[in-house]
Amino acid sequence: MDILKPRNEDECIEIVKWAVSEEQPLEIMSGGTKRKLGRPVEAATLVDISALAGISLYEPDELVMTAGPGTSLVDIEKALQENDQELAFEPADYGPLFGKTPGATTIGGILAGNISGPRRLKAGAARDHFLGARAVSGRGELFKAGGRVVKNVTGYDLCKVLAGSWGTLAIMTETTIKVLPAGQKIFTVLVSDLADKDAATAMAKALGSTFEVSGAAHIPAGLTPGSGTDKSDMAVTALRVEGIGPSVEYRASGLVELLANERECQIIKTTDSQKFWRNVRDCSYFTQNTNRPLWRISVAPTDGPDIVAAVRSRADISAFYDWAGGLVWMEFGSDPAGDGGAAIVREAVNATGGHATLIRAEDDIRAGVEVFHPQDPVLAGVTARLKNSFDPENILNPGRMYGGV
Amino acid sequence: MSGDPQSALVMPDLDPGILERRSDIVAQLRTLVPGEGVIADENEMRAFESDGLTAYRQLPFVVVLPETVEQVAAVLRYCHETGLKVVPRGAGTSLSGGALPLGDGVLLGLGKFSQIIDIDYDNRTATVQPGVTNLAITKAVEGNGFYYAPDPSSQIACTIGGNVAENSGGVHCLKYGLTTNNILGLQVVLINGDIVRIGGKHLDSDGYDLLGLLAGSEGLLGIVTEVTVRILRKPETARAVLIGFPTSEDAGACVAAIIGAGIIAGGMEMMDRLAIHAAEEFVHAGYPLDVEALLIVELDGPEAEVSDLLKRVEKIAKANKASVVRVSTSEAERDTFWAGRKAAFPAVGRISPDYYCMDGTIPRRQLPRVLSVMRELSEKYGLRVANVFHAGDGNLHPLILYDANVPGELEAAENFGADILRLCVEVGGVLTGEHGVGVEKRDLMYEMFSETDLEQQQRVKCAFDDKGLLNPGKVFPTLHRCAELGRMHIHGGKLPFPDIPRF
Repeated sequence: MDILKPRNEDECIEIVKWAVSEEQPLEIMSGGTKRKLGRPVEAATLVDISALAGISLYEPDELVMTAGPGTSLVDIEKALQENDQELAFEPADYGPLFGKTPGATTIGGILAGNISGPRRLKAGAARDHFLGARAVSGRGELFKAGGRVVKNVTGYDLCKVLAGSWGTLAIMTETTIKVLPAGQKIFTVLVSDLADKDAATAMAKALGSTFEVSGAAHIPAGLTPGSGTDKSDMAVTALRVEGIGPSVEYRASGLVELLANERECQIIKTTDSQKFWRNVRDCSYFTQNTNRPLWRISVAPTDGPDIVAAVRSRADISAFYDWAGGLVWMEFGSDPAGDGGAAIVREAVNATGGHATLIRAEDDIRAGVEVFHPQDPVLAGVTARLKNSFDPENILNPGRMYGGV
Repeated sequence: MSGDPQSALVMPDLDPGILERRSDIVAQLRTLVPGEGVIADENEMRAFESDGLTAYRQLPFVVVLPETVEQVAAVLRYCHETGLKVVPRGAGTSLSGGALPLGDGVLLGLGKFSQIIDIDYDNRTATVQPGVTNLAITKAVEGNGFYYAPDPSSQIACTIGGNVAENSGGVHCLKYGLTTNNILGLQVVLINGDIVRIGGKHLDSDGYDLLGLLAGSEGLLGIVTEVTVRILRKPETARAVLIGFPTSEDAGACVAAIIGAGIIAGGMEMMDRLAIHAAEEFVHAGYPLDVEALLIVELDGPEAEVSDLLKRVEKIAKANKASVVRVSTSEAERDTFWAGRKAAFPAVGRISPDYYCMDGTIPRRQLPRVLSVMRELSEKYGLRVANVFHAGDGNLHPLILYDANVPGELEAAENFGADILRLCVEVGGVLTGEHGVGVEKRDLMYEMFSETDLEQQQRVKCAFDDKGLLNPGKVFPTLHRCAELGRMHIHGGKLPFPDIPRF
């Protein structure tokens, strides 16, 4: 495989123009942690944009940062921490899910995949914090999307489309993101031993309260985070509150009171909370067996337990819940049908509404099943036309999301 | 803004083939939307000839008011087959002319879609038809302690469908986001009559983020027939503090210091001297009159948090030369603080025969520069300007005062406004923060975007609207044909890029 490593925007344009004229599809990669996520890309040339790195603008009191797509998330978070700020959408590091060492994720990869962590349910997704971009389309043209201010309705919001397009529409060459103050204290209320459905009810109750919960996850018994040693022999339902000291203390004890009827509650403080939520964010419970099919399922929060129960009745799975039950991470222990569990999972999800993405599976499985949730014909038509509007020759990451797209 | 259209707004050429078939087309539409759903009488159509940007008026070709999604689909399918243009309209409160009719286009009003379909407190969503007003959503859920966060100042009248089309904001955007950040699902009818569902009650889209694309697309991509929004639990308390400053620069510095201290206020609004005086005369909010700039900072959340943050804001205000600091002590007092701000536009309307409301966004730190250039421009054009500013997120609403009956003043106001928007872009901001491009800022798009940028946006339109029938004449200075936009001009082909590292 030929690897090209552009050092600047002009070289990106040059590469795409060459690819168009030579009809050479390109695989676009930044940190490469999610390279095995998606259908296998049909390209003989890899474009590694990790050299388009560096923070070119960071104005803490304007809550804005501009960085190259290849900028490491570690570097971004370090700069933010010095100013008590953070990326509120809590980007995850999926590297370890694919057997890679932690810390290789870049902002470009996060935005291209629209990857958000537990705080997504309160603060929004990566796409909600993606203010502006410069990018090279599959036509070899540089275009600008959005701007550097939060409130902007000038023209179409192309940043939204770039977020979650997995490099199939354009090569981003510069990204501008919104940053926010970090909570000074982080407390987590842990409720023990709830069944999945009761946990969903408890989480709905907490989210419907005035306590401004910024994370709501349920980890069933028996799941162990790959990085830690603490094996839970009891299910734990976790509710996070963040902010200034007096507020956090008040809200944590309010939650304990609210949920006291459910089961015994315990409060863990900032450092332990950070560790707990990092595991939820990075899905660390499923980093041990990187050959096992892993699903990420987004549904209405109250439907989460039903979907898990439906799949469990037919397959050997482990699962936990984030986003108050609305995000289900599900690992298959075995794959008798050889489809990574696609048929069973999709049937369960289609019964309620929502979507399921096959985050991890062997190449041959990902080549054979839809990795992203199959679309109805009308929506698939819009998808294909939208792809065509950016990349008419199907040069950029062809086939990664859907066949022909 | 009032007065007759005096500006040379160029809209797409009328299609003579459509005009001469009017009676046939009206008859066809009546079969698709029976009863009183088609309005073709000139007098009755007058009510639709403009939106909130009243300087521009145009009688529609015909008005169609469907009641069901099937009727919307049938009308659009017919328009697509016939080559008939379509202008969608919600409540008609757009301040940028987004719903300005076309003389050869159907004005498609969604006002009859006024049902609340589902409220789901466990999943914290409400699903409503597009003609439901913004405020009605909050009213429907407030009994259970919930609300819908975006609150444009027209929220009593404006509809959620229009909010989606314009990606409407309000005074709480810094903390709670715009419409795009608060919607989860849409049902949309495409121009060929196909009905699609995007999203639902779950978070984030699979595939391309069409939800994010449709939000703020100004009716150029599809017709929204159902919206699922996120509803939030109302904060335990909200308190406001009124802060007066001897200069606008001090007020700006105070805003930066508050944010720099890690405080994200629920709302942070600034008014300048002219706006303060107009508002005070109108609603007697008790605003100090001896200040150049007034800041209203609202903090919401648990009492423990609000009272702690209020103390910190007070301290920061004093450190930034505040001459007046007054914290609301009751809900009634907080409402009074806001009453003046919320009435600022009509208040300015009382001191001038007409006013023209602008809507740029700037990086906050550029405020002193923008205000000082605005003062120069005010002298140059001989028109006064009052400033109302969503200080938290940098969204500026200069209100240019003029008299449409004085020859040349409307034109001067428009030129003044255009200069302000150019200035916003020049300092790193944008043409419109929440009102939309519409017809108003259409011809200024080149100030912010290159031809290539705009062509890419138009190609996106082509993915939804191959014949360019949905709301043409809005947003884009010139709408190119899709076939023309699809062409590629790559020459040479043998680019060896010898310098790019290979491995």
